Amino acid sequence: MARILGIETSCDETAVAVVEDGRLILANVVASQVDLHRQYGGVFPEMASRQHILMIVPVVREALEQFGCTWSEIDAIAVTYGPGLPGSLLVGLNVAKGLAWSQGLPLVAVNHLEAHIYANWLVRPGDEMPLPPSFPAVCLVVSGGHTLLALMSDHGSYRLLGQTLDDAAGEAFDKVARLLGLGYPGGPAIQEASKNGDPAAYPLPRAWLGESLDFSFSGLKTAVLHLVQSGEAQPALRGKKLAAPLPAGAMKRLAIPDLAASFQEAVVEVLVEKTRRAAEEYRAAEVLLAGGVAANARLRAAMRERLSVPVRIPHPSLCTDNAAIVASAGYWRYRRGDIASWDQDIQPNARLPQD
Amino acid sequence: MSPILRPNTLDIISHSVAQTRRLGARLGMRAQAGDIFCLEGELGSGKTSFVQGIGEGMGVAGPVVSPTFVLVSVYSTPPGRPPLYHLDLYRITGPQEALDSGLEEYLYSEGVVAIEWPERIREILPIEHLWISFRYLEASKRGLMFQPRGARYEALVNELTRDIYGGKE
Repeated sequence: MARILGIETSCDETAVAVVEDGRLILANVVASQVDLHRQYGGVFPEMASRQHILMIVPVVREALEQFGCTWSEIDAIAVTYGPGLPGSLLVGLNVAKGLAWSQGLPLVAVNHLEAHIYANWLVRPGDEMPLPPSFPAVCLVVSGGHTLLALMSDHGSYRLLGQTLDDAAGEAFDKVARLLGLGYPGGPAIQEASKNGDPAAYPLPRAWLGESLDFSFSGLKTAVLHLVQSGEAQPALRGKKLAAPLPAGAMKRLAIPDLAASFQEAVVEVLVEKTRRAAEEYRAAEVLLAGGVAANARLRAAMRERLSVPVRIPHPSLCTDNAAIVASAGYWRYRRGDIASWDQDIQPNARLPQD
Repeated sequence: MSPILRPNTLDIISHSVAQTRRLGARLGMRAQAGDIFCLEGELGSGKTSFVQGIGEGMGVAGPVVSPTFVLVSVYSTPPGRPPLYHLDLYRITGPQEALDSGLEEYLYSEGVVAIEWPERIREILPIEHLWISFRYLEASKRGLMFQPRGARYEALVNELTRDIYGGKE
């Protein structure tokens, strides 16, 4: 049996967790800066790293209290090395090194994208423990910074099948929410706004890119911008030809629920269809969803409706950034003897490790 | 009479994403180590498409994607060519934050630097640079205006103008 303490500071959450054998969550603390960033409509990097410095020690302490044990019962420390914001990653990595050094524990460096996939192994305290995912699995990682499809043939063994060629899916949610004057983060705001909307109200483009499993969401964002600018998304102006684009301040009385629902449907349809194709082509035993956008209710429902293989979807609280996923991914690396050296550095532009 | 446009300014309309990308590629082909390209314009005005073109012109392998999440993406190019640094300051509030995040290292580097949302750090930009403004005109139409600051960029815009409209070298 091995217990791993995970540390995650790649973006705007300061998080520490303890996980047993890569699956059972013994402690999981997430201090979010979302409220702090909400007023600016996004994450502000320097503010994020200052917040991490303030939060990290109390969060480590709280996680150990939740765990109810001492350092002697921890076997290794796992930490995110990238991708992420440089200043934020540095805080987590240096704290992890300091703790590992002082406690005489091995340090395991974890890729943030790989960590998201491991949400599918985690079990929350009190929940029944299901069988672990079977290989080969097709993984869809969708978050604010990333959108990728990967084939996972074993622990730590990945092949990239497709990725976004421009904006990440979560980024498209954030930017469209901003265009529509909805709040930050954009995912929950658009999901909420689309509840009473008609997903077929606006025919928005889907970038299929032929047979490719790559994604593109930039054109979709631009199409929403065009609807807003041209007045077509304003019921009062629909059907009237405008002489010029509306000034920024004129974005009022938009058909928000219809626009939000149509946008969400366009993103979900492409994500589901490409995942379905990948699962068929690579004869996946299972499909694993991961990343913050996997918390989207419409995506979860559509995946289960339209795929013929089992779809595993983590609890929403494990889809967004947390340290339990880092501890879980770190556990399998630790078991394989994949220990980081003391000169381990951050990699802000890291990609999913490939075979 | 004062001129309507500054000399050496290039004002052009792109009719498609593909055309915006090709314009970027022409600039990328002529880019040199230390070049600074500032791309100003609203969401959806074509900045990232243009940088994808720059990457193509510089011989970057693999996709150039939006770096909004990580602030800066570094792309390597074929041997003998400078790297491409793609900065996205969408989430930066001002020059101090850019300095605190270590972004000025890229502004004075040996790479080619393409900056989205450069107006947020105007105070710390090198004086000589190429300022490119993107305007949303219609569904797929965008206006691009190239304004050089400094002799290197004036020459570059002249070369680019010849590339685009044809004419004798």
